[in-house]
Amino acid sequence: MTTATVSRWDRFRESFFWYSFKRDKVAIVSFSVLLLMVLAAVFAPLLAPADPYDLAQINIMNSELPPVGMSGADPAFPLGTDAQGRDLLSTILYGTRVSLMIGFGAVVLQAFLGILFGLMAGYLGGKVDAVLMRIADVQLSFSTLMVAIIVGAVFKASFGNLMFGEIAIYMLIFIIGVAEWPQIARTVRASVLAEKKKEYVDAAKVMGFGTRRIMFRHILPNTLSPIFVIATVQIANAIISEAALSFLGLGMPETQPSLGSLIKSGFDYIQSGSWWITLIPGLVLVVLVLVINLLGDWLRDVMNPRLYKG
Amino acid sequence: MLAFLVQRISQAFLVMFVISVIAFAIQDGLGDPLQEMVGMSVSQEEREAIREELGLNDPMVVQYLRFAGNALQGDLGNSYFYSKPTLEVIAEHLPGTLELVIGASLIIVFLSVPIGVYAAIRPQAWLSKFFMGVSTVGISIPVFLTAIVLIQLFSIGVTVSWFPSDTGWGQWLNDFFSTEGGLPSYGRGDDLIHLFGTWESGFFSSGGLMHLVLPSVSLASIMLPLFIRLIRAEMMEVLQSDYVRYARAKGLSAGRINFLHALKNTMLPVITVGGVQIGIMVAYTILTETVFQWPGVGLMFLEAITRSDIPLIVAYLMVVGLIFVVTNTLVDLIYGLVNPTVKLTGKKA
Repeated sequence: MTTATVSRWDRFRESFFWYSFKRDKVAIVSFSVLLLMVLAAVFAPLLAPADPYDLAQINIMNSELPPVGMSGADPAFPLGTDAQGRDLLSTILYGTRVSLMIGFGAVVLQAFLGILFGLMAGYLGGKVDAVLMRIADVQLSFSTLMVAIIVGAVFKASFGNLMFGEIAIYMLIFIIGVAEWPQIARTVRASVLAEKKKEYVDAAKVMGFGTRRIMFRHILPNTLSPIFVIATVQIANAIISEAALSFLGLGMPETQPSLGSLIKSGFDYIQSGSWWITLIPGLVLVVLVLVINLLGDWLRDVMNPRLYKG
Repeated sequence: MLAFLVQRISQAFLVMFVISVIAFAIQDGLGDPLQEMVGMSVSQEEREAIREELGLNDPMVVQYLRFAGNALQGDLGNSYFYSKPTLEVIAEHLPGTLELVIGASLIIVFLSVPIGVYAAIRPQAWLSKFFMGVSTVGISIPVFLTAIVLIQLFSIGVTVSWFPSDTGWGQWLNDFFSTEGGLPSYGRGDDLIHLFGTWESGFFSSGGLMHLVLPSVSLASIMLPLFIRLIRAEMMEVLQSDYVRYARAKGLSAGRINFLHALKNTMLPVITVGGVQIGIMVAYTILTETVFQWPGVGLMFLEAITRSDIPLIVAYLMVVGLIFVVTNTLVDLIYGLVNPTVKLTGKKA
């Protein structure tokens, strides 16, 4: 968007989208918080006081120090330390980075599969539609989390712990992407069914364009706004799924923690009173997911006022 | 109706078939049963002989048919860890999970219906806005985090000293925000009442009930916001409909319209979604049971993964698959019965 010409920027500033954004306090606050968190995560190596992946910087003597403001705190560790003596602030920054990477990656994969299958089901219809949507139905009835847990379990059992830990990021993107594609496919199919009947599609057919060209160049651009809305919510879902998988020990290893595995590693120490190792990353996770969900709600209202009537 | 019945049931069988193929593929792809059975000293020829005897050299289809045949007779192999039939192990753990789901469902039903209806009838009231706000936040909190916070608050206890304790009101505020703790957060307790078969119930003893509180509240917390939103949305739509307007014009009392006429039609879609959600709750029980070390099938499954207890993993998949398929089919059929306008997909209305 930044590379666009001045006229496009002007057009954006006069759009309904920008107008409703400016008037919605919740949207502005959520977007700012999200932007702040994304920036903090992207620049984590510059911002973080310590590198949690570097074993040389960790001192076990510093383990389980409380955050500043409690007795026994060390000002070098503003949010305290975890059980291995890692600075919690740095681990959270790096963890948010991992969580966001998996969230975005999984949604890109979902969107790819969902758009492809949704377009095919909606436009080609018939047997293709029946088979694809039956698979989607069955997968959804099993709940995406269940599918992800089972696939994760099978992968972990077949790759072994060590190997799984090394490629965990890609595995999680794959697992969550494959588990959740039906959500996007259904949305795409519904809008394709509506678009298919319109005259411009008939016109394109009469002009002799191929099926693939009509599907991707003509229909797809007109189905983008619902995809955009659902993809936003799906990022939040993917981050939660990742956290759940990591919490079960089927996700990121402790040496390369995401927010979920931080919560897991802290949970083992909560009975000894070190609540901050679990609850501070937990709070970060909740805020991250909440602002994405709020933005998703706002997008849905703006882009599809038809839904909001009821 | 008969066509609908036949279609749903044949679909259920098809899904079950696919699940059994997947389960078989997992069993076949992961691990070698021979390694579990024989020691290092067994020679290559002897191994081959055992393989032949066990039928591991047969074609895939023959092996699958044997697997499916055994499964139909209730034989899904023996667990490596427990060294007894996997179905027996699952039967021992299932009551724990079922009681957790029942407890959570009770909480969901008794809270979501009144709150959802209230929020629909008075959408502008501050209490409705408060409930809707809380449910938006609630959707964003993963179930295991709710569980951990509940443990911190009600099991470990929190002492607050943010306010000056030398003044009366400061001490009062400190006490107000502090929690006692003491609720059990580990397992099911030891005074379970034996019902029948392998069912040890925690519903009939104070200890068992106390142990149920935190896990069922956690499990309910993930579904509650969804149901409140769903009931509110459906109810608001129904309240806009012509027959409700007509009932108002006729002068019926608001209570009668809301609770007799509107609520009835609100509950229809809620039943379908609710039925599916109860199946989905099985996935969340894995998380809840992990946090509370609740000895149900979810925790058993997770332990089976860490122990590479492949027969138990496969048996769990088959049993949970069966539960999902049966609930989904039943929900579809019930919905077809209460709402006869449901048409078969693809059939012209």
